[in-house]
Amino acid sequence: MKYALLLMGHVNDPACGEDGGADPEEFFAFDREITAAGVVLDSFALEDPDQAVRVGTGDDGERIVSAGPFAEVREFVGGAYIIEVPHLDDAIAWARRSPASAAGGHVEIRPLAPY
Amino acid sequence: MSRSAGSTSSAAEAEEARHALAAFGPEARARLLAPLARRFGDLGLAEDSLQDAFAQALRTWPETGVPETPAAWLMTTARRRALDAVRRERVLAQKLARLRIEEERAPFPSAGTDPAETALTGGAGPLGDDRLVLFFTCAHPGLRPEDRIALTLRFVAGLTTEEVAHALLVPTATMQQRIVRAKKRIRTLGIPFTTPPPEDVPARLHGVLRVVCLLYAEGFARSTGETHVRDDLTADAIRLARALHRSLPGAGEVTGLLGLLLLTEARRPARLAADGTPVPLARQDRDLWDPALMAEGIACAEAAATSAQAGTYAIQAAIAAVHAEASSSDATDWRQIAVLYRMLEAHEPGPVVRLGRAVALGRALGADEGLRRLDALASDPVLERFRPFHIARGITLEELGDAEGAARAYRRALALGGNDAEDEFLTSALA
Repeated sequence: MKYALLLMGHVNDPACGEDGGADPEEFFAFDREITAAGVVLDSFALEDPDQAVRVGTGDDGERIVSAGPFAEVREFVGGAYIIEVPHLDDAIAWARRSPASAAGGHVEIRPLAPY
Repeated sequence: MSRSAGSTSSAAEAEEARHALAAFGPEARARLLAPLARRFGDLGLAEDSLQDAFAQALRTWPETGVPETPAAWLMTTARRRALDAVRRERVLAQKLARLRIEEERAPFPSAGTDPAETALTGGAGPLGDDRLVLFFTCAHPGLRPEDRIALTLRFVAGLTTEEVAHALLVPTATMQQRIVRAKKRIRTLGIPFTTPPPEDVPARLHGVLRVVCLLYAEGFARSTGETHVRDDLTADAIRLARALHRSLPGAGEVTGLLGLLLLTEARRPARLAADGTPVPLARQDRDLWDPALMAEGIACAEAAATSAQAGTYAIQAAIAAVHAEASSSDATDWRQIAVLYRMLEAHEPGPVVRLGRAVALGRALGADEGLRRLDALASDPVLERFRPFHIARGITLEELGDAEGAARAYRRALALGGNDAEDEFLTSALA
């Protein structure tokens, strides 16, 4: 089964590398470990959520482009892995091992839809 | 496969076939379903093929006679049906291929310290026994708690959907939908039909035990409704606890849960008065307690207490065993019970456990001390809305001769929700 591991952060928590935040070294070490296990199909890390541009539709039906930071965003995706493992328990085991699931963050596991 | 025109089968043979099939109750059905579900990794497929096998037996057994081992016949037929279905469907075929790969994977490395792990990883092979696997699948933390209960009743206890709906007081159509959705969730999420990795066993086992415990509790004292005790659900819960204990005889918490349920069950005949109102433990006629269940429960509690993994269920079984061994409420070793509650609090801190300790200390040291301990808990927002807290306070105040205070406590209890039998008890206490 293919799963996305969404590494979630919260705006109120210290950012990666800041005081009290996760140590980037831990993420690099985890990345080496999961890559060496041969389960990663793809992965990416994202810039901070305030470095975002949003494209939506206004009341008039026209597309609107706006610049972050967006006040209503509390939880955000900081990065993700797409992995292929036999079943959910393996995905949970990787999420558990990830520094992203330590206090202040969490990992959301989503199966990839087979389209 | 329709019956041939020249068949010699008689009504008696048809009757014999029906009789043989009717002998497969929930437990026997569950035993047939578990290996199919584990092998094919799909509850729906396992169910459908088993149902097909039963239907085929009903058609062919009147002609061929009932096979020597009906269970083996049904299993072989169901497995063949499931394989046919897999060959027909490409998606299922891929799934099966994946399962084969899984089965070829190396067995889990055994840490060798937890008897539960040893039982899971050794003996019956790397995947443990099929029934146990189904327990873990149905109580998987990726499923909603209420779905875990429904799935466990349906697939591990072997109840029909109608029976599950009846047991959990949900309309059959609603339960049907809920089970269909839960099965879909198992498939979509890829919840496995395997025992958990060794490091997860204690936590996952706790989740399984919780489902069984909740089932018993639901059957034992429903929060609302007309009858206080529902036999079927409590019997199902004990049956499941026994099955778990057979699979994991060395796991202290499993033994503890079985002991707790047996001892609670043993006290049931004394729990209700002739008019249906509940009788508090102190006033129960202990001659009504079931001696066989009592002895078995105490043996389980003792075995659990000496286990290295003694946790919340082992301690609760020990508390129930201390009650069971006392000839009367006054003869109960309340100090011992207070100590056990303190141990329980270390494992599972919470207001209800603190309430248990306060009541035990009151019994051990006198009603004055009991009231002081209870009042110290009065500001707890959970206990404030917890009926037994106010009943305990009412009883303690009554013992201290404060009839007015006791009446206030009982009225407060009555104002909170509960079942009709408890209402009657409180109303009569207030009369």
